[in-house]
Amino acid sequence: MSDISEERVRHLAGLARIDLSDSEVTALTAELAQIVDVVAQVTNAVEADTPATSHPIPLTNVYREDVVTDDVLTQEQALSGAPETDGSRFVVSAILGEEQ
Amino acid sequence: MSKAKLMDFDKALEIYEPVLGFEVHVELNTKTKMFSSAPNEFGGDPNTHTTPVCLGLPGSLPVVNEQAVRYSISLGLALGCQIAPSSRFARKNYFYPDLAKNYQISQYDEPIAFEGSVEIELADGKLVTIPIERAHMEEDAGKLTHVGGSTGRIQGAEYSLVDYNRAGVPLVEIVTKPIFGAEKDAPELAKAYVSAIRDIVIGLGISDARMERGNLRCDANVSLRPRGQEKLGTRTETKNVNSLRSVERAVRYEIQRQAQILSEGGTITQETRHWHEDTGTTSAGRPKSDADDYRYFPEPDLLPVVPTPELIEELRAALPEQPVERRRRLKAEWGFTDLEFQDVVNSGLLNELVATVSAGASPQAARKWWTGEIARLANAADVDPGSLVTPAQVAEVQALVDEGTLTDRLARQVLEAVIAGEGSPRDIVEKQGLAVVSDDGALIAAIDEALSAQPDVLEKIREGKVQAAGAVIGAVMKAMAGKADAARVRELVLERATAQ
Repeated sequence: MSDISEERVRHLAGLARIDLSDSEVTALTAELAQIVDVVAQVTNAVEADTPATSHPIPLTNVYREDVVTDDVLTQEQALSGAPETDGSRFVVSAILGEEQ
Repeated sequence: MSKAKLMDFDKALEIYEPVLGFEVHVELNTKTKMFSSAPNEFGGDPNTHTTPVCLGLPGSLPVVNEQAVRYSISLGLALGCQIAPSSRFARKNYFYPDLAKNYQISQYDEPIAFEGSVEIELADGKLVTIPIERAHMEEDAGKLTHVGGSTGRIQGAEYSLVDYNRAGVPLVEIVTKPIFGAEKDAPELAKAYVSAIRDIVIGLGISDARMERGNLRCDANVSLRPRGQEKLGTRTETKNVNSLRSVERAVRYEIQRQAQILSEGGTITQETRHWHEDTGTTSAGRPKSDADDYRYFPEPDLLPVVPTPELIEELRAALPEQPVERRRRLKAEWGFTDLEFQDVVNSGLLNELVATVSAGASPQAARKWWTGEIARLANAADVDPGSLVTPAQVAEVQALVDEGTLTDRLARQVLEAVIAGEGSPRDIVEKQGLAVVSDDGALIAAIDEALSAQPDVLEKIREGKVQAAGAVIGAVMKAMAGKADAARVRELVLERATAQ
């Protein structure tokens, strides 16, 4: 069994800035627990000495040359998708936290 | 914000043992960003150094900058670290608009370099070994400007403006292990450590390392524990410390502040604190909280970095000498006395001197400028000397002195004008007519006038009392508004006095 509790779901929802009702928390707790249990079956499928991997394709050292290319955006392009700008910068709502 | 009560520094150390730790962020001076081919340049109009990757646009994918990896390995080696045979990137998830993706690409459980040490030298010549936990690669965040609100900074801001030019600039974060035994040297050690890191990255040529531009940033962790206690005290992490002087002052301040709280029976809150350069104090930032659950996980868009042993050995072979060795060599090359050299090192001016000498000035002249006039002006303005003028400008001023265009006094005037941003030394000399009057005709006219105004002096000089010439030299210098070479004037005075 997974260790997905209602408390954990509320914590994750808080981190993800998702507002959940009590009934949603109950429903998601059951669903997430089921998903985690299914995924956990993978651990039964591998031997203990199988190295962990973060990528399905066995490639390493894929690099880019240190050269500026022509996909640099103009200021106008950079801001084109912004809901609000001051002409040169993105406008975002007031920040109450602190930078990381 | 009320001003915190502080315990006397010496008294604080009698009761408590300070334990330090540092996180230094170094911006690499690659041509492009860590994961995108946008230019890595300081400044520029907002949001003109971005690609879809920097803005986290859908469908864009990061690709690692090979040069940044090489630089990071070189730095790891210079820090005496082991280089991980395989290292990978991780996502650090948080909600803050300084990065558009809602996560920072960093390294978590597999940093590129780990387990090293740096030898640093204190003012009295004492060598201290600073243990390094790890050095990892990550990307810098964009710049936020908070607008409106009554209390400034962030609280109460009405909205914020975001410039992503800096977002994605390659960073290496160097993390020390806890540093014990610094005792009363703690503030000085902090400064010496950051200075050593600056020397190392400049020596490697991998960062511009200009603290006032944020190329090199230090977070200082300080905790205190009562003498004899094994368990570490609660630490604070002071951010925004952007000069060598501030690092020293911030550590001293935190020791005094925490000692006062602990001695009154209070407890230290584990929190981020902000250093305020103007008041020389720290203030509470965000306490550690739920939001620090960054849910790190391996970055699925990037592949592991697996440096070959050949690459590591190639970079190791290319390492410059260690800072301590370099200092020994420079002292010998320059022929400085112990005192002269320590003065330069303790002022953190070694790199400025090296650059000034390589721009053509003699070591002694370079030393005189940096530890004298420039240090004095920097002190008065409460900034680092290196932020006032460039070594090339200093060398140019000295060249003007060496060629006889400027006297020392005029040279100081020119330097002040350079600092005020009035142009290059030669431009200033030209524009303000500051050059020494080297036209003997003009000098002789002034001398003859002064001699005829003081016939008694003329008489004395003719009788061989050459020291009497001082009065005439003074009058001539005054007539030339100080723009004459006193030695040449003296020569001409004696010549004219005996010729007449």
